[in-house]
Amino acid sequence: MTTKLFGEPVRRREDARLIVGKGRYLDDIGHQALAAAFVRSPHAHARITDIDVEPALDVEGLIAIYTYDDLTGPMAEPLPVLIPHPQLTEPRTNYPLARDVVRHVGEAVVMVIATDRYVAEDAAERILVSYEELPVVVGVDAAVEAKAAVHDDVPDNVAARHRQETGDVEPVLAASPHTLSFTQYIERSASMPMEGKGVHAKWDADDRSLRVYTSTQASTSVRAAVAAKLDLSLDRVEVIAPDVGGGFGVKIVHPWPEELLIPMAAIALQAEVKWAEDRREHFISSAHERQQRQDITVGYDDEGRITALDVHVLHDNGAYTPYGIIVPIITATQLVGPYVIPVYRVQVDSVYTNTVIVTPYRGAGRPQACYAMERTMDRIADELGLDRAVVRERNLIQPDQFPYDHQLTFQDGRPVIYDSGDYPGLVDKLKALVGWDEASRLRDDAAARGKHLGIGMALYVEGTGPGPYEGGHVQVLGSGKVLVSTGLTSQGQGHETAFAQIVASELGVPIEDVEVTTGDTRRFGYAVGTFASRAAVMSGNAIALAARGVREKALRIAADVLEVDVADLEIDEGLVQVKGVPGSSIPLRTVAVLSNPLRYAFDEAAKQATQFTTHDDSKPPVAEGDAPGLEHRDYYSPLRSTFASGAHAAIVEIDPATWEIEIVKYAVVHDCGNVVNPMIVEGQVQGGVAQGVGGALYERMVYDSDGQLTNASYMDFLMPYSSEVPDVVIDHQTTPSPLNPLGIKGAGEAGVIPGTAAIASAIEDAVGRRITSMPISPTELYDLVRNPDSEKTAVAAGRAGTGVMA
Amino acid sequence: MKPAPFRYADPSTLDEALAVLSDEGAGAKVLAGGQSLLPLLSMRLAAPTTLVDINRVPGLDSIEVTGDGVTVGALVRHNALLAHEGAAGVQPLLARATANVAHPAIRNRGTTVGSIAHADPSGEMTSVLALTDGTVSVAGPGGVETVGWRDFFVGPLETSVSGPAVVTAASFPALPARSGTAFAEVARRKGDYAVCGAGVVVTLDADRRVERVLASYVSVGIVPEVHDLTEAVAGKPVDTADWAAAGELARTLVEPDTDIHASADYRRLLVGVLTERTLRDAAAEAAERAA
Repeated sequence: MTTKLFGEPVRRREDARLIVGKGRYLDDIGHQALAAAFVRSPHAHARITDIDVEPALDVEGLIAIYTYDDLTGPMAEPLPVLIPHPQLTEPRTNYPLARDVVRHVGEAVVMVIATDRYVAEDAAERILVSYEELPVVVGVDAAVEAKAAVHDDVPDNVAARHRQETGDVEPVLAASPHTLSFTQYIERSASMPMEGKGVHAKWDADDRSLRVYTSTQASTSVRAAVAAKLDLSLDRVEVIAPDVGGGFGVKIVHPWPEELLIPMAAIALQAEVKWAEDRREHFISSAHERQQRQDITVGYDDEGRITALDVHVLHDNGAYTPYGIIVPIITATQLVGPYVIPVYRVQVDSVYTNTVIVTPYRGAGRPQACYAMERTMDRIADELGLDRAVVRERNLIQPDQFPYDHQLTFQDGRPVIYDSGDYPGLVDKLKALVGWDEASRLRDDAAARGKHLGIGMALYVEGTGPGPYEGGHVQVLGSGKVLVSTGLTSQGQGHETAFAQIVASELGVPIEDVEVTTGDTRRFGYAVGTFASRAAVMSGNAIALAARGVREKALRIAADVLEVDVADLEIDEGLVQVKGVPGSSIPLRTVAVLSNPLRYAFDEAAKQATQFTTHDDSKPPVAEGDAPGLEHRDYYSPLRSTFASGAHAAIVEIDPATWEIEIVKYAVVHDCGNVVNPMIVEGQVQGGVAQGVGGALYERMVYDSDGQLTNASYMDFLMPYSSEVPDVVIDHQTTPSPLNPLGIKGAGEAGVIPGTAAIASAIEDAVGRRITSMPISPTELYDLVRNPDSEKTAVAAGRAGTGVMA
Repeated sequence: MKPAPFRYADPSTLDEALAVLSDEGAGAKVLAGGQSLLPLLSMRLAAPTTLVDINRVPGLDSIEVTGDGVTVGALVRHNALLAHEGAAGVQPLLARATANVAHPAIRNRGTTVGSIAHADPSGEMTSVLALTDGTVSVAGPGGVETVGWRDFFVGPLETSVSGPAVVTAASFPALPARSGTAFAEVARRKGDYAVCGAGVVVTLDADRRVERVLASYVSVGIVPEVHDLTEAVAGKPVDTADWAAAGELARTLVEPDTDIHASADYRRLLVGVLTERTLRDAAAEAAERAA
């Protein structure tokens, strides 16, 4: 069939719009709107002693100033703890505007509304907030030292102790032929979407309704939060995610203070109000991720097979915990990766610091988990003098072991049961793709050019597509146009294309006839959001089910009209036809017209459905249990997450004069089950790898001991340019998921997960010194190699000619 | 990130620009390419009362090349200088250093003279002005004054220019006879401010022996400096000179700082490495030109 588009590299239909400036982003909306600006805390921890707005009052164009004292009802309460958990024993959230105490630089204290953003900033600059500074906690080690408390009533700074264990780890460790223990660190990075957050709100006083545009990954839930916080009935609030210029996780958090304050001001002022976050605001008042300290003990046998694994993680959650302990849970449960871990114990202590909050950033705890597990594999290999790939292969879950139950509980409260996979297949493909067995020749070639070459690999398994559900709606219009909507939002991933491919394939219509809308609560009111590599899995399957419902109804109506059996019909190119009988057919658009019995003929097509042209008077015009219209709404709610997997390898070359690190090859083997659009999947992998490289070699949040973020700009926060991101060679493996109708697994985050682990391994291989802290920069690598106390790897000690500089 | 209120003037002659600057006093700032000034305004790190936009002032956008050197007008964009073959022929450091200035979009707007007047020790062209023993032309109410680079650079982001004045040009003397140059830098990302950069000039005597070696560095020290490395290789035949020794000498002469991207020690390491590498290239060029 010509319309079978599932699995084809269809070009992204949204790109033409997005790349020539025809996108409609938040700041493209409401040019006449009043603008908000915020006075934010310059201190990491301080008590507010006074707010003097007097000097701002004579700024021409000032409309209003709000402080905490102006908040009433639910707005005066702390923001919600979005995802409560029994082990999150000390959840703390901030207020929309700071009340009494600020706990990180950037916390919003005063909101100013003015005629435009320039004036709003002029007024904000004149507002004098007096602070009494309090002791500051920065970093996980300081947090657990607890010389100072971020929250007075949490003196040990521990928000949660998340613990899971699959057996009694200590006797197994004691009985293991070998054990080793080590500590390693990983730093903060952040989502850093090109478009920051932003909110536009407009109150229609006559209609008593509120429309909110917000650059979010969860419009339905923002709608519920706005209604709840502003005491509005849900039916009076609509929330729309326009084109969103990247999310990568930070926009799944909601309601951000601004998502409540801007609508509040719009209602109070009876005016359009807008706030578009600037880059500095994004650095200091949105969210970061990744900082952990990991203390790992592993037991293993002479062959390198793991007997037991005991992991203690200190996880920096920043000043508040609005998103619960999702990131710690994901680290804890995804750490085991593709391996059989006979006994596993993990504890993640999630601790408060006087820094920006920590919530999921693409990968969401998995890069750290992968770093822990894969660096453990490297250590075992080094201790035993084995090839790093061999140690991994010996520990892999085998293809005949699925479904594989890790006896752990995932972020969705469901068991970690791997649905399908072929991990040995991944490793085989990766070794071939990267040339793993030729590494020593490459090393010699590089040495002849005066470079140190190293290779590393890292494997991961990623739980994707968690519930609870998503929905889809498919409707065929009398024009033949097919409208598709789903509640979750898009941030540039290519949903319009992928979902249209699914509907075109399921329904048998040309893809050009399919129009997709996402993230608009006017079109679809029930949704969860776009995160955890779930859009294709969740909405993709929901939309497929909805399309199947439409198809079933279309065939039923057509069978009536054509007086044939449903089983004899097929739909292709928008035509319902009797199989093998050319000419015996009815266009789908006509079926759509006939599906809606009419009294009034408003156009030519409608005449076909009016009451004197339709005949069978033995039945009511709309049959019992049926509904007018050729449309169907359906939901997909999975039993549990589906588990994608992959393997990455990096080859680095290091200049031993300058210690610059160059990635000369980066190979990815990727398995996300059935693929809707391989071009989109490869794009996701490429983008993920770019962020993985950023996290490994460039990006960090440089907080000083006073809690000041010293690199809060794109000049000093080193997101890699295209010139720093290597070309990626990609191979696919396909093990379909048995859990969902389309057999697909998520692909959105995969590319970022193993970057830090694989690159750390490659650098360690190149320089022969243990890498225990990531990211690593040339200046740090120089410090490492010239430090006589830094640990040499056993492999390096045995390898002649490694030019480690003393 | 919106600038504080400022007045804006777009004079159409230099005299008019100077008059506005004179009227507005110390709060006025000259705007040329704006690639450093506008971000400072947007972040409210600078809040001039008046911006005097000189982009409509005629006669400031030319590159004049003579046998003695290259004079670059205040409105010459980096990319124009980068592409100017005549300028590169007389003083090859200009194009070699400019190729390292930021990214194409910034080079299309930003000006060579503006980046010198900004006096950022991380700027490539401040270092090149010093290394070539260049001068700037400063126009004031009393006429145009020529100021040598040593007198011009006072501190980080600080020059000796005071009162109503416009830096109208920078002049880079020609590469001397029997000389070669090279420029290289290490940056965290391509186009970033250098962690360390090095420009060098090697001059040979009539017998192809090393007569003079000068080096200047980027992102090392608070103002551009020129270091004479001649003693490490003086009188040595160009083909056998020990350039590593010159690199070692350079390491002892510099006083780099630590920042979030590099330690002082690492910068010192790079000074040595980049000095040696650039000297090899410059020496090869000098030998060729001396032949």
